[in-house]
Amino acid sequence: MIEFLEPIHVSHYLLVGAVMFVTGAVCMATKRNVLGILMGVELVLNGANINFIAFGSKYLRSDSLGLDGQLIALFVIVLAAAEAAVALAIALNFYNNHTTIDVDEADDLRG
Amino acid sequence: MIFAAMDWHAFFFWMFALLTCGFALAVLFSNNVVHMAFYLILSLGASAGLFFLAGAEFVGAMQLMIYVGGTLVLVIFGVMLTAQSRFVSMETRSGEWVVALGVGGSLLFMLMITAFNVEDWRSPNPRQGEVTVAETQVVSQIGLGFAGVRVDKLDQPDGQLRGGMSGYLLPFVIVSIHLLVVLIGAAYMARTKRRKDVSGGRS
Repeated sequence: MIEFLEPIHVSHYLLVGAVMFVTGAVCMATKRNVLGILMGVELVLNGANINFIAFGSKYLRSDSLGLDGQLIALFVIVLAAAEAAVALAIALNFYNNHTTIDVDEADDLRG
Repeated sequence: MIFAAMDWHAFFFWMFALLTCGFALAVLFSNNVVHMAFYLILSLGASAGLFFLAGAEFVGAMQLMIYVGGTLVLVIFGVMLTAQSRFVSMETRSGEWVVALGVGGSLLFMLMITAFNVEDWRSPNPRQGEVTVAETQVVSQIGLGFAGVRVDKLDQPDGQLRGGMSGYLLPFVIVSIHLLVVLIGAAYMARTKRRKDVSGGRS
C-alpha cells in the first residue's frame, strides 16, 4: 500500500510497460482472430513506447535519454501505423480468398 | 486543505496506469472482437495520458492523433469488414489459456523483478523541481532532430560524442519511403479481386 504514496519513478512506468507487453504477447498467442493478433501487436508496441518515454523523461531521471526517447517513440508510432496497414491488407485478402478470419484454418502451406 | 496535501502527479499516474492496464487486460480476456477494438482504443488513449505526465506532450498528442485517430480506425474498419456472425466471438481452447497465462505470468514476474531491482530507476530525480515540464521549445527541437540537427545537445562537452548526435535524418528518410511503399502495397493488396472463374478476364 505504501507504494501508492511514493512519488513516481521510472520503475512504475516500466511496470505499466511490462503489463502491456505481456498482455499483448499473450493476446498474440491465444487469439484465433487475425484482428485479435493485430491488436496484440499494437499492445506490445505501445508497451515498448511507454518504456522509451519513461527513460527519455527529464522529469523522472536526471541523466535521461533526453529527446532521443521521444524521437524513437515517434518512429515506433509511425511504424505501428505502417504495420497495421499491411496486416489489415493481408487479413482482408485472406478473408476474401478463404471466407474465414480464423488463423487456425490458414494451413495452405502445410506449416 | 486535503487537495493541497495530495500528490497529484502520483494520483493521475495511478489513474492512467490502472486504466491502461485494465483495458489492456480487457482486450485480452474479451472474446468479442468488436469489444476488443473498443477496449484497445481506451487503453491506448489512457497511455497517452501517461506520456503527458512524463513530460512528452508532443508524443502524447501524436499518440492520440496517429494511433487512436488513424491506426485504430483502420483496425475497426477491418473488424467491420470481417465481422460475420460466426467470427465475432471465437473461443480460445482452455488448454491454450493455461499455457499462455503460465508463460505470460512468468515473463511478467521476471520483468517486474528487473524493473524494481535497479537502484537508479527506483530513486526519484533529485533535481525534479528544476525541470520545466511543459517546455514550449520541445516541438521545434523534435522537428530539428528529425531534420538532422540536435539543438538540444549543443552543450555536450565531448566533441566525439557531439559528432555522433547528428540527429535522425537518415532514419527519417527511410521511414518516410517505407511508409509510402507500405501504403501503395496495402492499397494494392486490399483491393477486391474478382476470381477468374467468376468474371473471366480480370485477375
